[in-house]
Amino acid sequence: MKRSKSSQVIAAILVNAVYEMRNYPVVLVTTILSPLSFLVVIAFVSRGSLIGQAIEGGLIMSMFTSGMALQGDLSHLKNDFKLQDMLVGSPASPQIYVLGMAISEIIYTLPAIAILAVLTRIYIHPDILQTLALIGALSLVFLTSIVIGFMFSTLSSDVVQSFAFSRLLSTLFTTITPVYYPITYIPLPYRYLAYLSPTTYAAEIVQNATGYLSIPRSAVEIDWAVLVGLTIVLFILTAKKARWKEV
Amino acid sequence: MTKHYGATKALESVSFSVPTSGIFALIGRNGAGKTTLVRILATELQPTSGSAWINGIDVINEEKKLRERIAIVPQEARAIAWMTPSQTISSYLLWRGFRLGEAKRRATESLARLGLEKYASKLNRTLSGGTKRKVLAATVLASESDIIFLDEPTTGLDPISRREFWEILRELGRDRFIFLTTHYLEEAEQLADNIGILKDGHLLASGSLASLRERIRYQYSIKLPPKVSPPSGVQGEITTGKNGESQIMTNEDEAFTISRELSENGLRFSISPVSLEDIFFQLVGEVAVDEQ
Ligand SMILES: Nc1ncnc2c1ncn2[C@@H]1O[C@H](COP(=O)(O)OP(=O)(O)OP(=O)(O)O)[C@@H](O)[C@H]1O
Ligand SMILES: [Mg+2]
Repeated sequence: MKRSKSSQVIAAILVNAVYEMRNYPVVLVTTILSPLSFLVVIAFVSRGSLIGQAIEGGLIMSMFTSGMALQGDLSHLKNDFKLQDMLVGSPASPQIYVLGMAISEIIYTLPAIAILAVLTRIYIHPDILQTLALIGALSLVFLTSIVIGFMFSTLSSDVVQSFAFSRLLSTLFTTITPVYYPITYIPLPYRYLAYLSPTTYAAEIVQNATGYLSIPRSAVEIDWAVLVGLTIVLFILTAKKARWKEV
Repeated sequence: MTKHYGATKALESVSFSVPTSGIFALIGRNGAGKTTLVRILATELQPTSGSAWINGIDVINEEKKLRERIAIVPQEARAIAWMTPSQTISSYLLWRGFRLGEAKRRATESLARLGLEKYASKLNRTLSGGTKRKVLAATVLASESDIIFLDEPTTGLDPISRREFWEILRELGRDRFIFLTTHYLEEAEQLADNIGILKDGHLLASGSLASLRERIRYQYSIKLPPKVSPPSGVQGEITTGKNGESQIMTNEDEAFTISRELSENGLRFSISPVSLEDIFFQLVGEVAVDEQ
């Protein structure tokens, strides 16, 4: 039998986005609200001076949260419904499963992204090069978080634990870290800690590209290298460590 | 095949071969290792050691090739709460690579076959427990797979639904291989072409009902109504129930001698080959007594 790859991707989108949204529309509200609420707080507290950074922070957070949401959804489907077990014993490959599920998470994020994109045009008005830098860095954040999300979901055996875990990761990597504000606001010795988070590099790249931060060219190159390298390393790690079949 | 979870020996050198047509039923007490065996054969779980082939396909080294052919409903699978039965089936078929139109057509057909049309567009979370189980069975039965694993498919089904389900499986068993586990001995007896009995990770026996009968001491069971006492000098085992009815379990030769004697004396009795239940208790129960 000839198997359609697009069908396999659509399956995940239907199950995890379309059908779920129809039943629990409130989930959609949450995914829009959380990046925007930080944006609003930062914009007010800084009396508007940090609105550009805050919008970029919102974008990074949306991207990173998709991966964490993926982790929660995959764990839920795996542990509560045994969907992964049903699919392991079928022709569906883990790659096509994760691809479909990742796209379904983007669909959830679309409304937030759309609002943030409009805000970006209004407050940041980036040129072509700046836009490319934004898209590049955001895509890498998305990939990184998807890969982390998939790996943890295959290792988790308990939904409560995995939901708690994804909240923890989201907080660590998108709220505390200098995503919504410039890294220069952090007192020096602690600044180095921020570099433990992949989102810090992405934030530096976009803030620098759009003129909210000025760091030497070499530093920007390092940021890109770290972000790309990390994504590759995580991909390899996940390919090796993620458990599709149980041992 | 051997599978250890730390110190737990879930499967211990299990070795058997069965024809991959019709229905194979695996029985055994809780924790015997049924699910473990099913999961290994369905390429979901890596065994500690051992090997297995299904229709010449290596379960461990050719899992991709095998996955093209198999489908499974795990013991603890649940229909996804926020979907309807029809969406459940068609999305599974999409994951198997069917086109949307074909997936929907097969979903409708499969729901009808299990008498679930009227639930087709209700949400799974509003269905009864047994209906949810049926939806999952309908899901894999809708696929093109010719090797189907069902881990306790009829648990939670009412007696009538169970029988209807047997009919469907029997029909499907004509051109596919169905590997199921069950705690209902009558089900294995009525439905399966071959039966395997697991105990504490060991396969005690496997084969047709007739061949399982050969494996035990007594092949026949003679039932006597109350007040009719068994002839003296019986070699087999006599048990007397609360209602006064007694049962003689014995081998073929003695069974015929006894029945001749009973009928010559004009006494009423019934004689039948031992049921799977008798075999199960003799094989699994006896060992359990020995161990104590
Ligand atoms: N993931 C696991 N980790 C540790 N031990 C396990 C695991 N899964 C199963 N076991 C153990 O392996 C043994 C066999 O379990 P299995 O689930 O195969 O039994 P079963 O025959 O399917 O039982 P049941 O009829 O209750 O479904 C049991 O002792 C069980 O506790
Ligand atoms: Mg089991």
